[in-house]
Amino acid sequence: MKNPRRTSLARSASAGLAVASLALAAACSSGGEEGDADTYTWWDPYPQHEAGSDWAARVDACGEQAGVTIERTASDTTALTNQALLAAQEGTSPDIILLDNPAVSTLAETDMLTTVDELGLDVSGVDENLLAAGVLEDQAYGIPIGANTLAIYYNAEVLDAAGVDPASITDWDSLTAALEQVTGNGNGGITFAGIGTEEGSFQFLPWFWGAGADLRQLDSPEAVAALELWTGWLEAGYAPNSVITNSQNTTWEEFLTGEYGFVVNGTWQVNSAAEAGFATGVIGLPAMNGGPAPAPTGGEFIIAPVQADTERYDITRQIVECMTTPEGFVETATTFAYYVPPTADGQAALLEARPELEPWVQAVREAKGRTSDDLGTDYPMISEALWTAVQNALSGSATPAEALAQAQTEAADATS
Amino acid sequence: MTTTSVGETGRVSQPGAAGPRPAAPRQDGRRRRTHSPSARQWAALAFASPLLAYLAVFYAFPLWRNIELSIHDYTVRAFVQGNAEFVGFEKYIEVFTSNAFPTALVNTAVFTLVSIGLQYVIGLALAVFFHANFRLSGVLRALFLVPWLLPLIVSASTWAWMLNSENGIINSVIEAFGGEQINWLTSPDTALTAVIIANIWLGIPFNLVILYAGLQQIPAEVYEAASLDGATAREQFWRITVPLLRSVSAITLLLGFIYTLKVVDVIWIMTTGGPGNASLTLSVWSYREAFGTGQPDFSPAAAIGNLLIVIALVVGFLHLRLQRTRGNS
Repeated sequence: MKNPRRTSLARSASAGLAVASLALAAACSSGGEEGDADTYTWWDPYPQHEAGSDWAARVDACGEQAGVTIERTASDTTALTNQALLAAQEGTSPDIILLDNPAVSTLAETDMLTTVDELGLDVSGVDENLLAAGVLEDQAYGIPIGANTLAIYYNAEVLDAAGVDPASITDWDSLTAALEQVTGNGNGGITFAGIGTEEGSFQFLPWFWGAGADLRQLDSPEAVAALELWTGWLEAGYAPNSVITNSQNTTWEEFLTGEYGFVVNGTWQVNSAAEAGFATGVIGLPAMNGGPAPAPTGGEFIIAPVQADTERYDITRQIVECMTTPEGFVETATTFAYYVPPTADGQAALLEARPELEPWVQAVREAKGRTSDDLGTDYPMISEALWTAVQNALSGSATPAEALAQAQTEAADATS
Repeated sequence: MTTTSVGETGRVSQPGAAGPRPAAPRQDGRRRRTHSPSARQWAALAFASPLLAYLAVFYAFPLWRNIELSIHDYTVRAFVQGNAEFVGFEKYIEVFTSNAFPTALVNTAVFTLVSIGLQYVIGLALAVFFHANFRLSGVLRALFLVPWLLPLIVSASTWAWMLNSENGIINSVIEAFGGEQINWLTSPDTALTAVIIANIWLGIPFNLVILYAGLQQIPAEVYEAASLDGATAREQFWRITVPLLRSVSAITLLLGFIYTLKVVDVIWIMTTGGPGNASLTLSVWSYREAFGTGQPDFSPAAAIGNLLIVIALVVGFLHLRLQRTRGNS
């Protein structure tokens, strides 16, 4: 008695299947469109620059120069990486992507990017330390279109009141002494971002590298010294407890209250610092025993994903070249206010236009790519272990040495 | 692979829909069958097919894809090239033996149970309170719904500011009364408590609304009769309200459990599961693996996700079972 129902169900199920697979097939094939020969697709992480903005006009101009139209899509950095991966999976990659530098080696490892050699680009003029973030196994996978990095901003009024001369800060001891003076005078010392994300590692690295530590050996005595510097500041009250959850934006807001003597932040706050209600200045991040500490480089790379139709590369190369001329770099730098050009020519041209950016150009020259030293795709895993250690030590759930020893075990497991 | 699971879904969904009326249609069907069986069945099928397609595309496929992700080793490279190596249950073993697993499991249990427990108790108390229908009770009740209406990014950020160690309003109140500064979000001892407090606040409106609706279903005569018999308010609550609300309570707690189990946003915005792993739950861990670092690890993330689905399913079946035994007794 059940048979009629069962057959009908089986049939309906199989027909449902047919419909479903049709729908799926349709969904898949609709993704497979190839742009036509005169339209080049461009993705960048600058949604704040809308269609009609200076930035969009520059992109269009480079397309026109190459005789094609550029279709630009902007989304935020995290979404951009995920979308790039998905597009590569579906075979619908755009012609050009502007991507945050630590993500470049991740994408390069999937074989979805062309090398600069394949495109025929000349990268000899680009600063080695900036290009390194996009180098994987001796192949460069893109060109930095500009770089930013970290330095220490200070509140000149707070420092004056406490009698601290910013020029006297040349190493960790003199910085800590300055913090003691500032907090002794009733102000907050220094604020930074120790949040449990990539930003936390980004902010810790200048101290980590400045002590002479190496990302391959997270539990070295130098690394412990760097973490002890941070925990020491927290214990002495030189830094607020909130640094454990602070993002770089939050620290900047704390600094803008005028309560704090120092803040670690990036090139992108130059304009905001100029508009602050108090006089500010910038000093480079000091290394443990003096001299400048290498800060990590930030900023986007211009990269070209692999296309099925390799004839498109010629136009792609022209567009990339248009974006990376010395004049192009300076234009990019002024559009974003905070971008330091990655070539010596570009830097000289920028300093001519805005001499006050000198400390930043200096910092960028000292800076170091996070994925450099051939860390490549190991970096994200090491970085996660590192920021976890920073969190554990700052929150007091482990001593710096314990936290870093655990981090080294985790990083070694993850990258083996 | 897709095909089998789709077929199962189609089959599973059908008897449920047709279940309540088996006797009559069966005869019907037999008689019709002699006339033109296939035409009718095809027509029926045509009507059902949009639903089946919908179920297959939006339910069966993602579920299957999640399982598929978890039993292959999807590195970023394999994700793009589509050649992930089959590793069986290796990713599950990796998850179960990870240092973070015991922490995440205990945190998930504490976060979920404490959250829904307090949400329920406070929600019920408020529902009983507003059931009295005094002046302005409508306005006040509406105010209690505000947490529900706010975008989560707003409420979670606001809680994070309020709980800030140096500048948070909660600490300034505590200090005004002579207390010590509590590092709510930055100390491993209090971070979980802090996110639970925020989550309870977020969940109260849901409990309030459903329980309030449940209260209105209880006939007023029952209370009248009870008070004529001399039952105090307390007795009325325990002997009438609680037993008659039982099925509404059960569904509230079940839904609350499932909602709370998968909370990512509140915790992610407030602490990102930190400091360290102090406020890490399974769902936050899954999110962190997939999207929280520069290196997406889809396979372990999917394995944790599947574990969460299993936990939710087990609780769902427990609920059904309880309902059934209660129905029989």
